[in-house]
Amino acid sequence: MEKLKQVLCPLSVMALLLAVWSAATPKSESGIFPAPLQVVAGVVELVQDGTLWGHIGASLARVGVGFCMALACAIPLGLWMGRQHIVYVTLNPVMQVFRPISPIAWIPLAILWFGVGNASPVFLIFIAAVFPLILQTAAAVQTIDPRYLRAGANFGVSRGKLLRQVIIPAVLPEIIVGMRISLGVAWLVVVAAEMIALRSGLGYLIMDSRNAGNRYDLVVAAMIIIGLIGLLLDVATRRLERLKSVRWRYRTWQVAGSKVAKESLRDQRRGLVAGLQGEAGR
Amino acid sequence: MRAKLVIQDVKKSFTSGGGTLPVVGGFSLTVDQGEFVAIVGPSGCGKSTLMNIIAGFEQPDSGTILVDGAVRGGPNSKGIMISQHGSVFPWLTVRQNVVFGLNEGDEMSKCAVADHYLAVVGLKGFERSYPHELSGGMLKRLEFARALAVRPGTIYMDEPFSGLDALASMLMRGELLRILAEERHTVLLITHDVEEAIHLADRILVLAPRPTVVQASFDVPFKHPRKLSSHDAQSLKENVLRELGLN
Repeated sequence: MEKLKQVLCPLSVMALLLAVWSAATPKSESGIFPAPLQVVAGVVELVQDGTLWGHIGASLARVGVGFCMALACAIPLGLWMGRQHIVYVTLNPVMQVFRPISPIAWIPLAILWFGVGNASPVFLIFIAAVFPLILQTAAAVQTIDPRYLRAGANFGVSRGKLLRQVIIPAVLPEIIVGMRISLGVAWLVVVAAEMIALRSGLGYLIMDSRNAGNRYDLVVAAMIIIGLIGLLLDVATRRLERLKSVRWRYRTWQVAGSKVAKESLRDQRRGLVAGLQGEAGR
Repeated sequence: MRAKLVIQDVKKSFTSGGGTLPVVGGFSLTVDQGEFVAIVGPSGCGKSTLMNIIAGFEQPDSGTILVDGAVRGGPNSKGIMISQHGSVFPWLTVRQNVVFGLNEGDEMSKCAVADHYLAVVGLKGFERSYPHELSGGMLKRLEFARALAVRPGTIYMDEPFSGLDALASMLMRGELLRILAEERHTVLLITHDVEEAIHLADRILVLAPRPTVVQASFDVPFKHPRKLSSHDAQSLKENVLRELGLN
């Protein structure tokens, strides 16, 4: 019953939106804004002439390359910043300045440096993903529970083993969360970047459909496809959270909360006993 | 018997906000090879700081610590610390946790050692489980297996059972004695539970409140298995409690 509710409630909201949309379109007499069925026809057209897969593939490839480059830079740098305080102090201010600059603001510079080919959107995706990933990783390393690092020191393991078996697994859950967030941002950015001058990609599809004869049915179709692919990317990274070696972090949050509460209660009680002992001693 | 651990006049104080707070004020102790020494003291008396210094995690301001006749440097696998909150790695399986401490030999022999010690502590059959699938008592067993597997010589225990309920704690005490009967290690135990100390230790030290010094020392002459309800055990308990300021 609960499950049925969880499916039915969102479905009914979507149905309501569709109904309002189809009812409102003829009333608005705009002539350009498409009704739901026209959008469906537009998607069918894109699938049939084969261009849709090319656009999706181009966008995903740019995100894939830019995002992987960001991961390859951000994780080693984040680990280094997290472990070495002086590196953190040196680099953190620069990161904090770069981080709030919208990747969209980089578009003119990207065109200046990389032209209007594939390199520009890849660079923009890199910029969008790399700063949150670096800072998330560094923060995760700094908040590793010291008892795990102490255990590593106690057993006298090598630096390599400490990194592989303690530090990286300890921060992996946070890195996965960081990946989810930055992949979402990267997807937002690629569409914006492709609106500039490229000849492929979902962003290009939107601008091209508008410029080539106000095909707003294709504009809305592309928007919905972008939304659905973004959702799929999020679901895919969410699946990483189910890996056995990271699940400890996500599933113990609630349990850990209640444990902490219990422990602080016990500490209070112990303090009380110590107080009484002090009284008795006098 | 030769001395495993010689601690001479160890002092430590912390500075905070301009003032200095002496925490350990001249602590000396000699522990023989294979001896089990329990340290009891009121809460917040600097017991844990003292243990961290002895185990090598913190440096004393002055005084010396000799382990097997050599000056103690940092922490190493010749003395394993088991603390209240535990430090089992949640991202490794039970077997991988024990293998973690083993730095020599090939994978096969490491796994064999790990499985042997998991069997010793009664975790046979859980080698592939993850720590979050175990109970609190089982986590303690895993912690002991990981410590024993490196044949440390000395085990430092900082209130190891206080995270467990009363029944599990009693059970683990019995298990610890059984394991120590098989493989003798030198043990230093910090506890606030006088009965636990009488149950386990050969000698009990009572610490004075901050700055920590040894206030009194009691030998526990009873043979294992010990009956805590016996007259002698009860009168020892009363003597220890009197030193702690309770009667």
